[in-house]
Amino acid sequence: MEPSDALKLLQNGVPISWYLTLSAVLFATGVAGFLFRRNIITVFMCIELMLNAVNLSFIAFAHQHRQVSGQLFTFFVMVVAAAEAAVGLAIILTVFRNRSTLNIDEINTLRN
Amino acid sequence: MDLFAFLLFAFIAVICAVNVVLQRHPIASALSLVGVMGSLAVLYLLLGAEFIAMAQIIVYAGAIMVLFVFVIMLLNAGTEERRGRSWLAQILGLPAMLALLGLLCFFAYRSFPDAGFAKFGDFRGGTAAEVGMALFTDYLLPFEVTSILILIAIVGAIVLARKELE
Amino acid sequence: MEFLVITAVKLALILFVFMTTLAYLQWVERKVIAHVQVRMGPSRVGPHGLLQPLADVIKLITKEGVLPPHVNKFFYLAAPFFAVFMALIAISIIPFGTSVTIPAIHIGSSTYGPYTTMMELANVNVGILLILAVSSMGVYGIALAGWASNNKYSLIGGLRSSAQMISYELPLSLAIAAPLLGAGTLSLRGIADTQAGYMLGFIPRWAIFQLPFPQIFSFIIFMIAAFAETNRIPFDLPEAENELVAGFHVEYSSMTFAAFFMAEYANMVTVCSVATLLFLGGWQPLWPEAYGSDFIAPLIFFISGAICIYHGLNPARPFDRITLPVFGVIFFGLAGLMAFPPTVPILMPIFWFLAKVGFLLFVFIWIRATLPRFRYDQLMGFAWKFLFPVALANLLITGFLVALFE
Repeated sequence: MEPSDALKLLQNGVPISWYLTLSAVLFATGVAGFLFRRNIITVFMCIELMLNAVNLSFIAFAHQHRQVSGQLFTFFVMVVAAAEAAVGLAIILTVFRNRSTLNIDEINTLRN
Repeated sequence: MDLFAFLLFAFIAVICAVNVVLQRHPIASALSLVGVMGSLAVLYLLLGAEFIAMAQIIVYAGAIMVLFVFVIMLLNAGTEERRGRSWLAQILGLPAMLALLGLLCFFAYRSFPDAGFAKFGDFRGGTAAEVGMALFTDYLLPFEVTSILILIAIVGAIVLARKELE
Repeated sequence: MEFLVITAVKLALILFVFMTTLAYLQWVERKVIAHVQVRMGPSRVGPHGLLQPLADVIKLITKEGVLPPHVNKFFYLAAPFFAVFMALIAISIIPFGTSVTIPAIHIGSSTYGPYTTMMELANVNVGILLILAVSSMGVYGIALAGWASNNKYSLIGGLRSSAQMISYELPLSLAIAAPLLGAGTLSLRGIADTQAGYMLGFIPRWAIFQLPFPQIFSFIIFMIAAFAETNRIPFDLPEAENELVAGFHVEYSSMTFAAFFMAEYANMVTVCSVATLLFLGGWQPLWPEAYGSDFIAPLIFFISGAICIYHGLNPARPFDRITLPVFGVIFFGLAGLMAFPPTVPILMPIFWFLAKVGFLLFVFIWIRATLPRFRYDQLMGFAWKFLFPVALANLLITGFLVALFE
């Protein structure tokens, strides 16, 4: 990076592509947790992490296009995540009551 | 100035996100996720979305994650055991994730080559007045549909989680 | 650059005043509850017990801080820190008055120009939402404290307290939303500024007197929800000493215990400040200056000074012969300060703001001395079955009337 690039960064602000990169990193981390964790609640939390990463992309694009619609989509994503969290946690509670375990490898009686 | 703030809070967000995945106890994961949401709220403020930033903290970090923490405490979910995973998953895991990340970044850069800069204060249309105006005029139908969705979620959660009537 | 210096000075000032206020709020509470119960309260440590908070601080600092071996150490130590952190963030955006102008200072050959600054640390556009956000995050401190103590009683106490706090957040938010419809802005300074002026020449345009719909119901709902949010009587079942072995802070000792109580008093002050800004007009006086509202502050201090000196002449206790006249002289000095014309525009808004906040804090303490506490199911039923529908109906009526008359 040349000095003029650094100066341009300090003057113009943060490039939007950096926000998109951050969103991609958070999304990939969420996918990693979703695929590799055993505890069902942690898996659910990684889903929320993915949703947050997508929210960041929406807001970054809303800033870029100078429109408020991106922020409204974030609002709807938040509302849907709330509804999903409520129902999902209720399902987890019921599963725990019936199986007494939170390990997703052991909740597999529909198999075989 | 906003470069410094972005770097600081992006760093905190990534550290907390990796912590969510790597911590063994669900409570530690939940609190790291609260940290991610807090730093994302600051990033939203940097991008001019002040109402959404506050809504993120009130709704996401202050209600949804409290629900998670309650369920973890009620179910007394302990630390996760590190039992045998297939060696294939363990070897291929990290490279596969990095490949996914690289793919996402590559497509992002290809689709949005000149995305421009985000300077704090460039976009002032994220006030509550603007969001409310758009929510109740252009996006009224999705708004009403999400209110019905929340009603369904409330009824569903209550039905699923109540004790069985003997 | 000057911005940073001015902000640092304001930060130090507000922090110092606030911490002293928290300590002396406890003194006020003990004295008021004692006098309601026809006894004297702390009166031995210093004149009239005024050094009691200092003695309490010394006791709490020097007490042995026990870290029980069975707790989850990180969260056990992080929980009171979190609670105090959230409680203090809310103080930083509360405006205390109008602007202050520091005249130019000449040091040597350089002139530090006249600085004008507003009387708050930060003026945030979405101030009221930040207050709500911080009170939502305060739930974590209590839930974590209850869980990390590895003790079933504190877990139940912590979960009950958290459930109570999140249940009462709903009527709180709806009660906050109603005067916002009339004010039209979310920033706290903006809300207080819309309540300036007088109707009919002498009724202040506070939110509780405002047409089209006087927000008195919102005020009452807000105060009730505020009692529950700050875990005060009559809603303090999760932390009362004789219920559930003192609830979620049973395993905490000395400074961490003090941290929780500091957080509770800070929440109380925050909630009273928000109530004065939203409903009681912030720093606007009760009647116009043209009719002499600038003289009420020196008058009150003068009367207090006169009472102190009168009782100092026939004291009930021997050392009151010295202490009461000293207080009288101090009050006369404050009366003179309040009547001093150059500082009146700065001091009057602060006086009115502190008088209203002090009155609301007195109501908090008064109710603590008077009412018994709710049972947990009564408390939750009250929130969901009564307060929430009433707050919703209030918001609907306010919105309808505001839309009709705008």
